[in-house]
Formats: sequence, structure tokens, C-alpha cells
Amino acid sequence: MSSNVEKQGGGVLGWIDERFPLTKMLEEHITKYYAPKNFNFWYYFGSLALLVLILQIVTGIFLTMNYKPDGNLAFTSVEYIMRDVNFGWLIRYMHSTGASMFFVVIYLHMFRALLYGSYKKPRELLWVFGMLIYVALMAEAFMGYLLPWGQMSYWGAQVIISLFGAIPFGIGDALTIWLKGDYIVSDATLNRFFALHVIAVPLVLVFLVAAHILALHEVGSNNPDGIEIKKNKNAQGIPKDGIPFHPYYTVKDFLGAVVFLIIFFAIVFFAPEMGGYFLEHANFVPADPLKTPEHIAPVWYFTPFYAILRAVPDKLGGVIAMGGAIFVLFLLPWIDRNPVRSIRYRSVTYKILLFTFAIAFVVLGYMGMQSPTPVGTLISRICAGIYFGYFIALFLVSRNEKNKPVPERVTS
Amino acid sequence: MIGQNGSQQQTTRQARVQAQLQAARIQTERGRAKVLSRTDLQSGKYQRLLVMTAAAVLAAGSLLYASQSRAAGVGVHLESPRIDQSNDKSLQRGAQAFVNYCMGCHSADYQRYSRFAQDAGLSEEDVINNLIFTTDEAGERTKVGSLMSNNMTKEYGKQAFGVAPPNLALTARSRGVDWIYTYLKSYYVDPGIATTGVNNLVYPGTAMPHVLWDLQGLQTPVYGEEVHGARPITGLELTQEGSMTPEEYDGLVADITNFMAYMSDPIKETRHRVGMYVMLFLFLLLGIAYILKKEYWKDVV
Amino acid sequence: MSANDRKNSAQHASADGSSTSNPAAVDSSLADQVADPKRRRLLVQGVAAVGGLGAVALAVPLLGSMSPSARAKAAGAPVQADISKLTPGQLVTVEWRGKPVWVVSRTEETLKHLEEDTERLSDPASEVEQQPAYAQNAARSIRPETLVVIGICTHLGCSPSYRPEIAPADLGADWDGGFFCPCHGSKFDMAGRVYKGVPAPTNLEIPPYRFVDDNTIIVGEDSGVAA
Repeated sequence: MSSNVEKQGGGVLGWIDERFPLTKMLEEHITKYYAPKNFNFWYYFGSLALLVLILQIVTGIFLTMNYKPDGNLAFTSVEYIMRDVNFGWLIRYMHSTGASMFFVVIYLHMFRALLYGSYKKPRELLWVFGMLIYVALMAEAFMGYLLPWGQMSYWGAQVIISLFGAIPFGIGDALTIWLKGDYIVSDATLNRFFALHVIAVPLVLVFLVAAHILALHEVGSNNPDGIEIKKNKNAQGIPKDGIPFHPYYTVKDFLGAVVFLIIFFAIVFFAPEMGGYFLEHANFVPADPLKTPEHIAPVWYFTPFYAILRAVPDKLGGVIAMGGAIFVLFLLPWIDRNPVRSIRYRSVTYKILLFTFAIAFVVLGYMGMQSPTPVGTLISRICAGIYFGYFIALFLVSRNEKNKPVPERVTS
Repeated sequence: MIGQNGSQQQTTRQARVQAQLQAARIQTERGRAKVLSRTDLQSGKYQRLLVMTAAAVLAAGSLLYASQSRAAGVGVHLESPRIDQSNDKSLQRGAQAFVNYCMGCHSADYQRYSRFAQDAGLSEEDVINNLIFTTDEAGERTKVGSLMSNNMTKEYGKQAFGVAPPNLALTARSRGVDWIYTYLKSYYVDPGIATTGVNNLVYPGTAMPHVLWDLQGLQTPVYGEEVHGARPITGLELTQEGSMTPEEYDGLVADITNFMAYMSDPIKETRHRVGMYVMLFLFLLLGIAYILKKEYWKDVV
Repeated sequence: MSANDRKNSAQHASADGSSTSNPAAVDSSLADQVADPKRRRLLVQGVAAVGGLGAVALAVPLLGSMSPSARAKAAGAPVQADISKLTPGQLVTVEWRGKPVWVVSRTEETLKHLEEDTERLSDPASEVEQQPAYAQNAARSIRPETLVVIGICTHLGCSPSYRPEIAPADLGADWDGGFFCPCHGSKFDMAGRVYKGVPAPTNLEIPPYRFVDDNTIIVGEDSGVAA
């Protein structure tokens, strides 16, 4: 009986395969995609990012069914979702928690690339696609944050849009008014942010994610040892240190996904506000264009760049510094000139550099949440210096670094 | 059957150990074993360091979590009320006081009466008879399925108080329960305020009169030592007794706070209950996902 | 069957690159020993079952969010209507759950017509469940003189028009008064029963309702319990 089913399935599959490369694609990307066998903890976050993307899209669709992108109705419609819609609270909390968790996962995913040199040749384009995803994600999160139409939504959007006002020659002011579609952040702004948030940017994101994965499967995955497994193939042309993605990494990533979901749902059910970090307290007050909250800060995932912005005592300079802080990451594959990828086989200097960079980034993130104080500004400036200094030092150091011998095969 | 399975497993395991040994031998033969073991150790150390850093960052984060403060009057110590959202009696008392003393001016129109009836263990008749004192647009008594709104327009509120009285349904989330509790206890007589004659330590210059004054009585400030030409208020003293004892009043304010906390997050109890089941389920899934992963990864040498 | 199964699974395993016969296992990262395939299959099935259960559990709130919300339910609560000013032959419309509910005061003569020519009707005895049990009678109502009916055509949801006149020019000589749907020409008599040979399949729906007193009815609520 089972063989019957098998034959039938093969028949349908065969019919499809003659017309669409289904089996070919499955093999290329899943069953015969050979990934290095020595992936560690840091390698969970790619698949987790995909999981969160899917969660965000699905919950987003259902939120859109009840949300109203109208300056007079938006705030109330969110409360309507939270109270009157069946399970609306769950869907909304999943979406708001998902936004923050997306950045948690993405930051760890990016840090993994820094640790093991995953941006280096031949993965430069892979990295650039990843960076584009990151930028698109920031745009997505920023516009999504306006939609609840609370005080933080409103004033956050006001501040960020005003950044464009720093552009000289009268372009800036005209640009900010054009972006807002009004003289202040208003109903028009809300409505266009809604359009961009629910369709335009998600489309771009999905396209970029596809490009990111295609590029990855073209060049093959890097690994914690930073060596090319494709250099050591057996007689069948299979990398000796590679194992098929399915079933080995599907079961492993599934395990990772369950651990992630435990953390995710623990937040959703037991601490959806996350103490004011995921949902800010002031955002439970409807937007009021006449009254700024006493303390405004962006959501935590923007704060490192926000701190860099505030560290520069000049409007245009601050905006340039902030933009530069993101842009410089795009150049990383060309800044780091050391052919050795993994931190395991690089010099102590590099380890210290990367460690300091990571600390500075976290400190900037903290500073960006605090009200500006003289001491805080000084710390922010030092950390902003470290942030940019890292790339300069890396450019200089990576040329003649004292590397350790890189093994031929991966270590497990 | 079970025994057979067990012995099969054992042979598989033996084979695995052998394969591992063999792999190790191959590595030794290639003369890289020494280098490998050293780098292994170092990378292991480095990873442990990273993990510890991550843990430290998380710990720091959770500390921040506690310190992320809400906007409150500067330098006032906020008292925490003892409240319990599952205490139906307290919620009912709080709701009663809320509709009587607060809802004349403040709306709470995200919350439905019928939802409160359901959540606080009341029948709809109880709610209709004891909590609904407003009329709807048609001039009839507000329906039990309606939102808790009142008939004061924004314009009128602005005219009467200078600012329109805010919607209170979410105040417990924007200000926090401690703020509400302390605010309602911190009114004092201040002849400098022409409109209401009272001021508030938590929210200086508040436009809201002390609506509970006949219950609490009136408090006057106790001044401390002169600093920079001004004498700061160090405490409040009850100088005119109200109809309640201070303990009764604190209890009532706690009930109101409890009701407002409920109103700001009515799903909380359900959320926690559902959350427990979801956690149990996920831990079960975690268990078998772990066994599955182990099973497949036996192959990888 | 079990032999067949085992063979199949061995083939599967070789696709996974973990079988003894797998040439790819030579000089690769995979052991050349196949592990217990039965245990694997069981585990995969177990994870798929539990994981699938989780996916279904997640679909419940998502799809559940599309059913009427608390607001819709509150808006659809039973409505009270005063019928004291209703004159014989008159129709008033009451809104319940956003739908028109007609309350018609029927005359003795109209009621008499209901008994006649019932073979022209498609369901004269109201056997199809389009009414509460207490309205499954000749007049399709609690009190014969008062008809309470949802004014939505059972064909495609248009609202028919009230045509109480006898034998008007446009509806023909055999028209005894009733409801005529302008969308597709469905005809109903003065008890909301559908005539034969029109597109509408069933009689008009009678909502749950009750009399509070002689002059007041509540639509959407049976005696005591909400529908």
C-alpha cells in the first residue's frame, strides 16, 4: 500500500518537475545544500530571522483587518484590537514583540558575521544584501512605530523626519514637508506610513531576503573556522566537511526555533511591555501635537545610532555621523583586508578591537535611551569615536596582521 | 521488542564511538592533532568569554528594565499599593468609586461595562443597576454593552478645567499604578491655587480638584529646613478629618487603583493563564525536538 | 507491509546520506552506519504531530480574530421596539444586527388570504428552519396579527419592497399582497413565505423575538434567553 502511495506521489511530482523545477530547487536549497558541519550557537539566528519575518507578516495581515490608519481613529482602533477583537491582544503583542525580537536576532546574526568574517570574499554581495535588509528593516520598524499613534509614535516620527531638515540649501525643509504631506506629522503622514509599512517595504524585504539566501547558496555558508569547505571534496564532489542542510540543519534549526519561541512567547504572555522597552509607557497616551512627552527616546534598537546623532554638536554633522555609522558597515568587506576570516585565527589586536567595538555599541545603545547629560554626552562621544575608530584601525591593522595557522579542515 | 531496540541502539552507539576514534586517529596521522587541540581550547575559551559577555549584557539589560522610569513629579517617592487584579471584591469597590467620583469628568471609553461584569464576576443586571449612571445619545440609559464614556465634551472640559480631563482607561499603563495611588493620596490645601484651592505633590499644579476630599479630609503641608530661600514640603498632615479613617481611605484609593490597573489591561489574568499552557506545550515540543536533533546528529562525525 | 516499509525507509535514509550503501558516506562527515530508522521515523512523526498541533493552535486566534468582535456583538444586542402606534396594514422597520426587521400589523382579511391558495407556495407549512419553533405556524408569528420578519431576500440578500395592495397592475391579478424583491423578482406572501417559480429558495427568516407587553417587542431575544 505504501509503495502505491509512493508511486502516485512520484507521478504527481514527475508531472510537476517536467513543468517546474520543484525537485531541483528543493535539492539545490535544502536536501543537497551542503553546509559545514561545525556551525555553533551563532548560526541559529539566520533561520530565526526568517521565522520572525514570517510571524510579522502573518500577524501583520490580521492586524490590518482591524486597524484604521486615520489620525482620529488609529489610537482607538489599536485599543479596539487589544480589547474587543477576539485574541486581538495576542496578535498585537506578537507583532510588537516580534518587532523587537527581529532586531535582537538580526544584531546577533550580524555580530556572527563580524566574528567569523562572513562578509569576506566571496561573500561581499551576501553581506551587502544583508545590510540592505537591515536598512529596510529599520525603515519598516520606524514606520510601523507611528501606527499606534501614541505620544512616542508621534514625537519619534517628528524627530526622525526632522533629521532630513538638516540637508542644506533649503532642500531639507521642503523635503520634510513633502515627507509628512503636511506642516506637522499628521493624518496624511500616518496614512502614507501605513501604506509603506504594510506593502511597499515588506515587498522589498521579501525580495531582499530571497536575494540574500540565493547569494548564500551560491557561495556556500561560512563557518566558525572561516575556511572554505568546498576546497575539500570527496570523489562524489561533496564537501568532506559538509552535511546536507536537510535533515541535519532542519532538525537543529527547529530546535533553535523552539527555544526562540519559548523566549518569544514568555515575553508576549508575561511581559509584553518588557518594562517599557518594547512598548514605551508614553505610547499609551494618544498623540498630541501640542505637547511633547517629558522624555522621548526611540525604541531600543535605534538608540545606538540616535546616541551618535546626539554626540555631534551640529545638526547636519550629527545626521551625517548617524548615516555614516550605518553606511560604513556596507564597506566592511573592503575595510577588512585580512584574508583570514575567523576570529579564531586572527591576532589578539583584532580580538581586542572587535570586543571594544561591541562594548561601545552597547554603551551607545544605553546612552541613546537616557536624557542627555554632560557626562552622558561625553561618554557617547567617546563611544562614537570608538565606533568609527574601529573601522579605521581595522583598515590599518588588517593589512599585516599576525594570524595563527588556519587548519585545512573544520574543527568540531 | 524493546530489548531488541535497546541492543540495536547499543551497537549503533558502539559504531559511533569507533568511528569517532577512527576520525581522531586520522587526524593524528595527519599530524595536526596538536595544533587543533590548542586552537580548540583557545576558541572554546573565547566563546565562553563571549557567552559570559552576552549574559552580562542581558543582566545589565534587566537592571535597566527596572530603572526605566515613567515620567513623574521629580523627587517624590511613589508608594506601591497592595493590589490584586484577581480580587473581584476590590475591583467592584474600585469600579463603584470610579463611576461615582471620576466618571463625571473622565471618560474611560475603551472599556465595556459588560466586559467588566464578566471579568469581575458580576451579572449584567448588577452592573446596570449599580454602575451605569450615564445616558446615551438617544437620551436613554447607557447600554451594558457600551463603552464607559460620559457626556462631557472635550470643549466643555477644557472650558471648565483649562485642560480636557483625560481618558483614564490607560493611565495605569502610561503613569503606573504607584503614581495613581500616590497621586490620590497627595492632595494638600494650597491657597495659591485660585481655581481648586488644592495642589498635589505628585503632579504640582494639577487642574483636578480633590474630588475625594470629603472622604479623606484635608491635608496641609509640613515644611522642612529652608534651602536656597525656599522651604521644601517634607510631608503632609491631615488637619481636617474626612468621613473615612486614613486606613479606610488608603483602602479605597487602592481599590480605585486596582480597578484602573484592571481597566488598562483587562486581559492580564487570561494572558497569564493561556501563557502557562503555551509554555508547557513549548517545553514538551522542546523535549522531543531535542531528542530528534540528537538522533540525527549521531550521523555527523 | 512492514518489509516494504523498511525497504522504503532504507531508500529514504540513503537519500539522507546515512545508509550503509551510501557511497557519499565514504570520506564525508557522515557516519557510514545507518542509525535506527524506525526510531527516526517515530521521532519525525512525533515532532510533526506536536508541531502541527502547535500550528493549528496558532491558527485558532488568527482566524478567531475574524469573527464578530465585542463591539459587533454589543451593536448586535437585542433591540426593543414600541408597536403601539402601528396601524393595521402598516409596516415599521427596526434595525437589528444592522439588518432591517419588519414589524407588520396584519388585518383579519390579510390573515384570511394566508389560508388560501397555499399550493402556490413552495413551503406553506414552514418546514425549512427559517423561524424559531414558536413561529412555525400558519401565520409564522407569535400573535397572528403581528408579523416580525427579517427583510432580507433569501435569494441574494436584497431587501424586498412591501406591496400590501391586492392585484396591482405590475404584479398581476393573483397578487394577494406581500413582498416583492426588485433585484430578481422573488415573491413572498404576507407571512414571508416564498412563492413557487421564483429564484429565492426559502421563506423569509423570522428572527427570535418576544413580547414584553402588548405594545412592546424585543427583537433578538427569546423569552428569557438571548438568541
